[in-house]
Amino acid sequence: MDARRESEVAPMKNRTTVERKSERELVVTRTFNGPARLVFEAWTKPELFRQWWVPKSMGMSLLSCEMDVRVGGRYRLEFAHGDSQSAFFGTYKEVTPHSRLVWTNEESDEGSVTTVTFAEKGGKTLLVMHELYPSKEALDAAGTGAADAMGETFEQLDELLVTLGASAGRS
Amino acid sequence: MPRSPRSPDATRRGVLEQLGRADASITDLAEKFHMTLTGMKKHVGVLEQAGLVTTEKVGRVRTCKLGPRRLEEEAAWIERYRQLWDARFDELDKVVEELKRKEKVDGRKKRE
Repeated sequence: MDARRESEVAPMKNRTTVERKSERELVVTRTFNGPARLVFEAWTKPELFRQWWVPKSMGMSLLSCEMDVRVGGRYRLEFAHGDSQSAFFGTYKEVTPHSRLVWTNEESDEGSVTTVTFAEKGGKTLLVMHELYPSKEALDAAGTGAADAMGETFEQLDELLVTLGASAGRS
Repeated sequence: MPRSPRSPDATRRGVLEQLGRADASITDLAEKFHMTLTGMKKHVGVLEQAGLVTTEKVGRVRTCKLGPRRLEEEAAWIERYRQLWDARFDELDKVVEELKRKEKVDGRKKRE
């Protein structure tokens, strides 16, 4: 299903890849058709960041976005999702203009450390985002949460289990 | 904290989560979920029939692991995560294009 969608997009669109490097690590990559300077700017200026972080397909809206992008500075994003609200916050650990950003995520003890690198080549920028979670469970939970944020859930599995339960008799 | 009794579905989901962390014998699972061996065998049997779990008997121990169908679910999860970032990055493309356009305009103004 994905292959079909890929062939329909404009040729200029770059591909996003996600790889689970280990039980605790996820790596997301994408190339952007612009210099690292501009891609970095879009990650570090709140007025730009808020234009892309919450795409419409997420079914959420961004209520506020505060970012103090310097080592030890904090960020805080607040979202509305239907009637409920949530926040995403943490601290910048490394800020190297146009090449590297590291921040922690502190909503829980199970938060990840995210490292984003920007590598420019021929006017394009390869972005690599590396997320390190404290445990496999934390990564699983975060991934499921993000998948849920896309408006889809693992209800299918739950339904399947209910069906199985019904066919096998309630033990 | 006293455990509330789980429904059969919750137990099966729990077993899948547990096997996602590590393979386990039926005895391990029964202990973990405070059930009899017979009770756990039934749950594992249901999951095995559905392709969610596979079991292998080595010596006297039957080891359970995630089956092909559950592994596909995990791949599906990664794919959804990819879609989330792809959607974000499509928007980021637009922001970068806009910044490039602005720079060009500003550059022109400076030269004038």
